[in-house]
Amino acid sequence: MEFEHREAPFLSPQVSVSSLMLQVLAALIPAAMAHVWYFGPGFILNLLVAAVFAATGEALMLSLRSRKPASGLTDYSALVTAALLAFALPSLTPWWVTATGALFAVVVAKHLYGGLGFNMFNPAMAGYVVILVAFPMHLNLWVAPSMGDLDYQHLSILETLTFTLTGSLPDGVLFDAVSRATPLDVMKSGLNNARTVAEIRAAPIMGSFGGRGWEWIGNFTAIGGFWLLAKKVIRWHIPVGVGLGLLFPATIMYMIEPGSAASPGFHLFGGATILCAFFIATDPVSAATSPKGRLIYGLGIGFLIYCIRRWGSYADGVAFAVLLMNIAVPTIDYLTRPHIIGHNKNSGSGESDV
Amino acid sequence: MSAPTYDLGTLHGGLRLPANKSVSTRQPIINAPLPSQLVLPITQHVGDPAQPIIGIGERVLKGQLIAEMTGSLGAPVHASSSGKVIAIEPRPVSRRNGDNAPCIIIECDGKDEAIQAADAMPNFTEISPSSLLRAILQGGIVGLGGAVFPTAQKLMQARTCDIDQLLLNGVECESYISCDDMLMRERAGQVISGAQILMHALEIDKCLIAIESDKPEAIRALGGVLGEMDDSRITLKQVPTIYPSGGEDQLVQLVTNREVPSGGLPSDVGCLVQNVGTAAAIHDWIIDNQPLIARITTITGDGVANPINVRARIGTTIEDVITLAGGYTDRARQLIIGGPMTGKSVTTDRVPLVKSTNCILVSSETPSAEPEMPCIRCGDCASVCPVQLLPQQLFWYACADNEIKLREFGLIDCIECGCCDLVCPSHIPLTVNFRVAKGRIRELADEKARAVRARQRFEARNDRLEREKSERECELRNQKDLAKKAGPSAIAEILKRKQQKNEDDS
Amino acid sequence: MWTAILTIASIALIAGLGLSLASRHLSSKEGDLVEQVNDMLPQTQCAQCGYPGCRPYATAVVEDGVAINLCPPGGDETIQRLATLLGRDSLPLSEIMVPSVAVIDESLCIGCTHCRNACPVDAIVGAHQLMHTIIESECTGCELCVTPCPVDCISMKPLT
Repeated sequence: MEFEHREAPFLSPQVSVSSLMLQVLAALIPAAMAHVWYFGPGFILNLLVAAVFAATGEALMLSLRSRKPASGLTDYSALVTAALLAFALPSLTPWWVTATGALFAVVVAKHLYGGLGFNMFNPAMAGYVVILVAFPMHLNLWVAPSMGDLDYQHLSILETLTFTLTGSLPDGVLFDAVSRATPLDVMKSGLNNARTVAEIRAAPIMGSFGGRGWEWIGNFTAIGGFWLLAKKVIRWHIPVGVGLGLLFPATIMYMIEPGSAASPGFHLFGGATILCAFFIATDPVSAATSPKGRLIYGLGIGFLIYCIRRWGSYADGVAFAVLLMNIAVPTIDYLTRPHIIGHNKNSGSGESDV
Repeated sequence: MSAPTYDLGTLHGGLRLPANKSVSTRQPIINAPLPSQLVLPITQHVGDPAQPIIGIGERVLKGQLIAEMTGSLGAPVHASSSGKVIAIEPRPVSRRNGDNAPCIIIECDGKDEAIQAADAMPNFTEISPSSLLRAILQGGIVGLGGAVFPTAQKLMQARTCDIDQLLLNGVECESYISCDDMLMRERAGQVISGAQILMHALEIDKCLIAIESDKPEAIRALGGVLGEMDDSRITLKQVPTIYPSGGEDQLVQLVTNREVPSGGLPSDVGCLVQNVGTAAAIHDWIIDNQPLIARITTITGDGVANPINVRARIGTTIEDVITLAGGYTDRARQLIIGGPMTGKSVTTDRVPLVKSTNCILVSSETPSAEPEMPCIRCGDCASVCPVQLLPQQLFWYACADNEIKLREFGLIDCIECGCCDLVCPSHIPLTVNFRVAKGRIRELADEKARAVRARQRFEARNDRLEREKSERECELRNQKDLAKKAGPSAIAEILKRKQQKNEDDS
Repeated sequence: MWTAILTIASIALIAGLGLSLASRHLSSKEGDLVEQVNDMLPQTQCAQCGYPGCRPYATAVVEDGVAINLCPPGGDETIQRLATLLGRDSLPLSEIMVPSVAVIDESLCIGCTHCRNACPVDAIVGAHQLMHTIIESECTGCELCVTPCPVDCISMKPLT
């Protein structure tokens, strides 16, 4: 009997890029539901707009680069980028702001750098930073969570949709009535005005530990994150690194001057820290590769988040921290090469002694 | 993921593969009947091909030497049964994936008549180690774990180093293969005896038999024999069931916590590794005077109806033994010699079973339908690499043909175990790429060596020409000086001498 | 406005001075570079580049800026390596060469030693009026022996 010749190994891997991406999307569902619960349907609209434009951008770039658009779209990486971008945006964002962000993320930050696997920067964060710097006013309409004790106007789904598409609020409603500063904003402006943390924390938007609404989104994000860890889609090094990198300086500053430094818990559960730790920083393409390198990468991101929040002018430093550490990744990889079995242990970066 | 340890070293990475071994270990080993024809390749080992010493039409007996060793690295070939040599011609062999290689074809006469026992050595302890090694050389014994390195030469090399322990490899970590397991269950005594012979040949007194923890029957069998023999030099060691802990360097690291240096051998760190099958074969030859003419082979996979282990004569074609496993099923797609991770895929079942055939895997696996995607830098490949390489970086540099970086990142240390392939979400054929890249590195190294030699010869030639030129000038100057000193009569003499020389030459 | 112009201009001036100083004092020695280029050449010593050997060509490439695509035995690979090392653009090969070795037809050889003297790596063995032969393992395929042979008995055999 005759047979065909093939090369070893003869078993196929059980994982694929699309299965990994789908698991990441699945892990984001709890966080998405919490987001909608606290901040209204704006998130879904942002997600839809981002997804449509990300997919369009990806298909366009793939066909321009003479690849099959279908193969690129079915790995769902554009969808993950869109989802992370949607999480970063306020609920009331005009569609063209979201679209710009999504297009920049996929076309420039991903494909112009070489496509999947070749991009140096985290595409979602690059897209977010571009629209943050270009349209700062439009990225400030943060909806407040549903709390009965605030003089606040909630918009219905239809009104949110109208705003997303046209940028206009219903008659008689002012921007100030539908938006509030985020807990991080409140903390930052409060500290700049030399108020103490205790005074700032008295505001109802601050919630119990991380800011009303945001802390619970943080918890649900963490649920998804731990599930990804259990399924071994991500490893512990980056989340732990981000957490420790943020907690370490936060704790020190809190111990030195508790009146003018927010508590470590606030930092950890406020803003996008947990989303960053489990979902944003763990993007494999733009992160470091070796386990030691990943820990350092995570620590760097956490530390930079703290620095930007504390001493920078932005309320939340996640996007910039991630992009800055992306730049450092090649150096981190070079310096953290594991020791090859059988090679001379003394040589710094795995040089052969043969 | 790291392997848990049993009071010794650790192994980085590795995978827990589905064992698929119990299907073939349900029945005891079947002794395959004599085939009508034996196809014996003259190269069943690492090294130079053996040289046939019999002619076509000659009758040979079982165990007779039919091809002798040539060169410094090689092994002889013996007839697996009695019969007539009907041809010495190219036939398909597994070593060449089904392509042809020279073979000695014997038509068996069914009598299985053995050659007269010459020098059986049941009291091997009275023989000097060097004589023992010479005897092992003559038995055609090669490494039966699949690498088929000539055992005698391996032992000779080991004796030049400071060896303190013998490791018998009963790990058999790859899926589907169970021949060593069955050997240890049914012929534990021969394995232990082989270990004792090896220890005497190496003049050491420590032997560790490493077995995977998923082989309780083998552990019991060996433990039982050890208990009876009461040889305290030999101990059993259980290792965790992780692929590829059975690789030579990996086993040394796991059992002794010593790293085999890159490009080096286990003997550089004081160990010698031998497969349990090799030990049993040494016993058969030294004690029972039976050269290596048969071995145990697992026949398994979805493509055969009844997976089993057979003990067949070397030279039996796969076609002949498949019937013992119930024949092919309709799911037979791939014929693999070896395991699913490191085996060789052959194109025809007319290839003979040789010294290296530890497993015949008829698999129903078809190539993955998923296309190859770009590397997403997930790092899973590095986390499973037993040598702690960075397959991701090796892949980038292999695509870029960057020889310097490939060496720096340790491509030559890759054992081609295939773990990285199995965890890659982008379905990149990493192991194949590395195999090709290794060939490329060898090619570039050869070219470099040739260039260096050419330059040396060029510079040597220039030096020679310079030297000759300066010698001629020197001589000319001397002559001129002489002529000046001596005057015109000397010049006339020189002229006369030169004329005579010309006449003599022509 | 003038302050701004003056500031930027002086920064540019200082940076330019700094860079030119660095390029003079921190550059690699030329001799080393010639050695590195020579290492990359295949050492066939065939003179197909127009220079009498690989080292003269290497010297010319480094010192006189001669084109890097003149070495047929080196092939595209050598051009790429030289391009990377010297920071120049890579060029297509001027002439494709098939790796081959020279073979003497012994029935025609008259033992004149012309080919032996022509071989740059002494890969031809033979004495005056005795049979000549080529040591195949040392032959670099430079073809310098083919023309001097008066009976045209040397041919090039491609290496498979």
